[in-house]
Amino acid sequence: MAQLTMVEAIREAMRLEMENDERIVILGEDVGKNGGVFRATDGLQAQFGANRVMDTPLAESAIVGTSIGMAVNGLRPIAEIQFLGFIYETMDQVAAQAARLRFRSAGRFTAPIVIRSPYGGGVKTPELHSDSLEALFVHTPGIKVVMPSNPYDAKGLLISAIRDENPVLFLEPMKLYRAFKMDVPEEAYEIPIGKANVVREGVDVTIVAWGPPVLLAKQAAEEAEKKGISVEVIDLRTVQPIDLDAILSSVEKTSRLIIVHEAVKSAGVGGEIAALVSECGLFSLAAPILRVTGYDTPYPVPSIEDDWLPTVPRLMNAIQHVMQF
Amino acid sequence: MYDETDLNHEFVQLLNEDGTMKEHESLPNLADEQLVDMYEWMVKMRLFDEKMLRMQRQGRIGTYAPFSGQEAAQIGSAAALRETDWIFPSYREMAACMHHGYPMKQAILYTKGHLQGGYTPEGLNIFPVQIIIAGQTLHAAGCAIATKLKGEDDVSVAYFGDGATSQGDFHEALNIASVNKAPVIFFCQNNHWAISVPLHLQTASQTIAQKAVAYGMKGVQVDGNDILAVYKVMQDAVNRARNGEGPMLIEAVTYRQGPHTTADDPTKYRDAKEVADWVENNDPIRRFHRFLEQKGLISDERIAALKERFNQEIEQAVQEAEAVEPSTADQAFDYVYDKPHKLLAEQKQEVQRLLAEKGGN
Repeated sequence: MAQLTMVEAIREAMRLEMENDERIVILGEDVGKNGGVFRATDGLQAQFGANRVMDTPLAESAIVGTSIGMAVNGLRPIAEIQFLGFIYETMDQVAAQAARLRFRSAGRFTAPIVIRSPYGGGVKTPELHSDSLEALFVHTPGIKVVMPSNPYDAKGLLISAIRDENPVLFLEPMKLYRAFKMDVPEEAYEIPIGKANVVREGVDVTIVAWGPPVLLAKQAAEEAEKKGISVEVIDLRTVQPIDLDAILSSVEKTSRLIIVHEAVKSAGVGGEIAALVSECGLFSLAAPILRVTGYDTPYPVPSIEDDWLPTVPRLMNAIQHVMQF
Repeated sequence: MYDETDLNHEFVQLLNEDGTMKEHESLPNLADEQLVDMYEWMVKMRLFDEKMLRMQRQGRIGTYAPFSGQEAAQIGSAAALRETDWIFPSYREMAACMHHGYPMKQAILYTKGHLQGGYTPEGLNIFPVQIIIAGQTLHAAGCAIATKLKGEDDVSVAYFGDGATSQGDFHEALNIASVNKAPVIFFCQNNHWAISVPLHLQTASQTIAQKAVAYGMKGVQVDGNDILAVYKVMQDAVNRARNGEGPMLIEAVTYRQGPHTTADDPTKYRDAKEVADWVENNDPIRRFHRFLEQKGLISDERIAALKERFNQEIEQAVQEAEAVEPSTADQAFDYVYDKPHKLLAEQKQEVQRLLAEKGGN
C-alpha cells in the first residue's frame, strides 16, 4: 500500500476513474499542462490528452455552465474552481442551474458533475483564497457537499463523488494537501457520501468537525485526556447531507456537543447542527451546545489569520466550559 | 485603431413587406409543402399564443410570456434543425420548442405551474425553459463541446433575447464556444425590449451581430420577421457548425408585439405608435402570407379550415393538460437528488401526513 499525500490521493482517484470511464473529462483554469496550481491534475493531460483534460478560458461561470451542458450530453465532467473564493463568480451556474436541473426538468435532465475546489485557511494566501463557504451550498437543495480531512478519505470520497448521479461540490483543504502522508490502497474504493466517521471514541464530550478542524479536535482530545476528560471526535466528511444519526448517537453517550468549523459563525453549518440536535436530541444534552468557529468578519489578512481561526486553546476553553455542567 | 462606426454589415432580407422577393435574392431550397408547413406553424403558434393570453385572464394558467410577432424568427430557425439537434430555450421560445417536438400539452402544464411542466419527453433534445437571462448560453456551449468531443455532428442552439447580450454569461459562452470551435448557434431574437428597457439602453453597439467579431466568430443580422431570410441564415449556420467550422451568432431583428408577460403593462413605457407600426406594417405572418398567396399556395378558404383545425388541436391540448392530476407538495421531494437523503425523506413524510390530514384520507 502506497503512502500518499491528500493531493496525490485526489489525483489517483481521478486517474483511476478516468481509466475506467471514458465519459469523464476534467476542465478548469490551468488544469492541463500546468497540472493545476496545486498539481492536483499533474500528468493527467499527458495521459488522457487535451480533449479530456481541458484548459478553459479564465471564466468560472463558463467552467460550471459548460459542465452542465456536457453532462446533459453524456459526459461526466470534473470541473475545477481554482479557489473556493472564486465560486461567487459562478453562483448562478452552481446553485440556480446545476443544483436545480433535476428538479426543473422533473427528472429528465441531471447534472452529474463534480466541482472540485481548494479552500481553507492557515496558508497565508491573498484575499478570497482561504474562505470556507460550505454553508452557502448546504442552503442549496440539489447539491452535495463533501469535505475530506485526510488522504484515505479524500480518495474514497472523490471516487464516490465522481460516480454520484448528483452534482457534488468537493472541497479540498489547501492546508492538508501535503501536510501528511497516509496508507492509501492502490485500487479504486468508495467511501459513502453522507456517512460520518467517529475518528476517536470518548464518553464526556462530542466534537463534530470536518476538514482541517478534525485535526484540531483530535489534538484537543489528547490534551483533554491528560485532564481526565474523554472526548469523542466525529469527522462529518459530508456537510450536505449531514449524518445526523451519527451525531445523535454520540451525543446520547456524551451529553455534550461542540462543533468546530473554519467558516464564519452566523448561519453556518455549526448552527444547523445545533438546531438539528436541539430538535431531535435535546433530552440527551447536559450542557449548552457550543460553536468554535471563524468570526463574523470577512476572512482576514494573513498577518492575523492565526488568531481568527479556531485553535486548540479555544477548543480547550469550550471543552472546559461544557464540562462545568 | 478600430472605429466602431466604420463596421460594414449586411442586413439579410429576402422578402419585401408586400410579399415579393427582393431583387437579386433567391428562394432557399424549400419545397412548396415545406413553405406551407412553415406558414401553418406560424399560424398555429399565433393562435396558441392568443389562447394562452385568454386562459391567463380566465385564471386557468399562471404568468405567461407571449411571443406574438416573433413567429418567423422561431419557426424559421427551428425549421432548419434536425430532430437530434439540441435547443436551449428561454421562456419566450415556446414556438421554436413546439416546432422541435415539445408537446403543446407540456407547454400548457408549464404555464399552469405543474411540477411536470419542465419535463421534456425522452428522446427530445429540448432543455427546460431558462429563467435566468443568458444562463442557457453556457449549457448550449457545453453541450456542443461534448458533441465535438464525441465525434458526433448534432448542433446546439441557444435561444435568447437582446437583454441577454448584456449578461456576463453571454460573453463567457461566446468566448468558450469560439475557442473550442464548438458546433453551437447563438440565436438572438432582438425584439427591441427587455421588459421596459429599450435596446439603446442595453447596448451601444450598432448591431448585436457585430459582437461576434470580438470572439473570432461569424455573426449575421437578419430580418427576423422574414421567415425565409431567417431560414436561410440559420441553415447556413447549421451547415457550418455541422462541418466543424464553429459557432455563429445570429441576430434576428423582430418585435415583441405584446407585453413582457401577462404581469406587465407595456403602455407604461412603450409608445403606442411604435407598437402599431410594427403590428400593422411589419407582421411576420402577414408578410409570408402575401408571399404564399402570390405563389398560389394558400387561399382564404384553406386558411379558414386551417384555423378551425388548429383551434381544435389547441383545445385538445388544453383539455389534456387540464386533465392531468395536479401536482402535490410531497412530489417536490422526488426530484432534488436521485434518492432523497434521510432528512429530506423525513420532510416528505411530514408533508404527506399533513396532506392526508387536510384531505381527510
